[in-house]
Amino acid sequence: MTLNAQQEEQSTPKNSLPLLRTEELLLNLGPQHPSTHGVLKVIITLEGEKIVKSEPVLGYLHRGVEKIAESITYNQFIPHTDRLDYVCAMYNNFAYVRAIEKMLKIELPERCEYLRTIVAEVQRIIGHLFWLGTQALDIGAMTIFFFTFREREVLLDIFEELCGARLTTSWYRVGGVERDFTPKIGDELYKFLGTFSEKIDEYDSLLHNNRIWMSRTRDIAVISGDDAVAYGLSGPALRGSGVDYDLRKVSPYGAYDKVEWTVPLGTKGDTYDRYWVRMEEMKESAKIVKQCLDRLPEGEIRAYLPQIVAPSKDRVFTDMESMIYQFKLYSSGFNVPEGDIYCGTEAAKGELGFYLVSQGGGKPYRLKIRAPSFVHMGAFDHMAKGYMIADIITIFGTYDIVMGECDR
Amino acid sequence: MPRGMEDGKDHPITQKIKGTLPDAILGATMFRGDLSVHIRREDLLLVCQLLRDDPALNFDYPIHISSVDFPKDAERFEVVYEFFSIRLKHQVRLKTRVPEDDCEIDSVTRIWVGANYLEREVYDMMGIRFRNHPEMKRILLPDEYDEGFPLRKNFPIQGRGWRDTFDFPR
Repeated sequence: MTLNAQQEEQSTPKNSLPLLRTEELLLNLGPQHPSTHGVLKVIITLEGEKIVKSEPVLGYLHRGVEKIAESITYNQFIPHTDRLDYVCAMYNNFAYVRAIEKMLKIELPERCEYLRTIVAEVQRIIGHLFWLGTQALDIGAMTIFFFTFREREVLLDIFEELCGARLTTSWYRVGGVERDFTPKIGDELYKFLGTFSEKIDEYDSLLHNNRIWMSRTRDIAVISGDDAVAYGLSGPALRGSGVDYDLRKVSPYGAYDKVEWTVPLGTKGDTYDRYWVRMEEMKESAKIVKQCLDRLPEGEIRAYLPQIVAPSKDRVFTDMESMIYQFKLYSSGFNVPEGDIYCGTEAAKGELGFYLVSQGGGKPYRLKIRAPSFVHMGAFDHMAKGYMIADIITIFGTYDIVMGECDR
Repeated sequence: MPRGMEDGKDHPITQKIKGTLPDAILGATMFRGDLSVHIRREDLLLVCQLLRDDPALNFDYPIHISSVDFPKDAERFEVVYEFFSIRLKHQVRLKTRVPEDDCEIDSVTRIWVGANYLEREVYDMMGIRFRNHPEMKRILLPDEYDEGFPLRKNFPIQGRGWRDTFDFPR
């Protein structure tokens, strides 16, 4: 500052302060940022510390799976669904095979429905545990991450016992499941369920008494029920705002209508409510798994439809028709009638739907994936507006977003 | 009509739309319990407004918007909308056709805000432009991508541009 300017400043009267120049600041967050859970960039316009506008830049994980689906048979696409929401692979498999089954009008044996429901709910618990650990870690409560991952590990070991894989499972099949439960799985699940409610209380005690956690989630990223519906939010993000929409109740599948459970609903639609909904959902999932295990009926795990469902190996080696069916199935797939359907499934993150167009033949003509994470990103700007820059991480986390599913 | 597909013109939702907008509906089908209503492209906004605002329809929840390419048809692209009513628990699928030489359709973002990203994805993947959309640009692919629209049937599965030089087994 020159002497002249200094004198000038001193000479200005005290009551008329010099006008401060303000301007908006443009900030690029990502694409490589540890809390974006994948590769996501957000261009944020800031006014001081306040978010004025935020524009997500998607597509860093785009692999074109919808295009790939058009070139391979229906069964070959099952492993691709694992890689959509790679935290909850089982649920993706489930949603996909359910769409094909709706198209083919397949009736499943009862045991298969129960097994599917158990595994799907275990997957939901894994998804919510993963979410809870990482969300708390992002906000600064690190301890809980180790607690939730300890339980998640137990459940992943059960998956490993079930299908040999922990994350990319591909256990569901069109018209059934790949493998039956071993006695060890039932024992392990009962053992897990015996202590799980105490574990949830433990997580809650770590967070509920944590003033930082409470003040960073209460009244952050509030969305009203009407707005949440208009933006197409689903899953805990929608139910946190008090909208009663759960596909497991609206159009029941699996064994959800045969067991007792309730849909937890939030009231305010803030981050804390969404946290609460997920915690309650874990308890409900544990209830569903327990009841299904208690009532697990005996019987087949696949529908007997040799042209669609692979016949068992002992049949293939002893019976010529089964051998031919197996050959046809693995070389050219099964035929799906002409038509189009939409089938939505309540995954851990929200409504995961498949819109399938078939023109006959063994490959889909068009397969559109309605991924909850992608739809949730559409509401990001609306939910982040007016909050502080430090809240942006909370707002990412509150959707439980996975970029593999968002970008497809 | 393919096997398993039924006529959906007597469905209450179709009847309701027909009662207010008699010319908008070109046909309706039922398949596996899903109702699809084919409508004229010009009437899309009127039909959507009716779907959301009529108390007996009350479609407040946009499920998905997607597009299908039928290269052999005169009107090549089909835009598909799927809506749900949280209160009344019913669902409808709207279908409308867009020709290749006039690849444009009205945006429904002013009726359902959530349609914004869904429509951008349709543009990105199939190249159908949405009129009066607040931000009509690519979403998953980079903005400067100019090798076409990947979900069109004439787009090769291995991609275009520098990927042509890859030595794929054919």
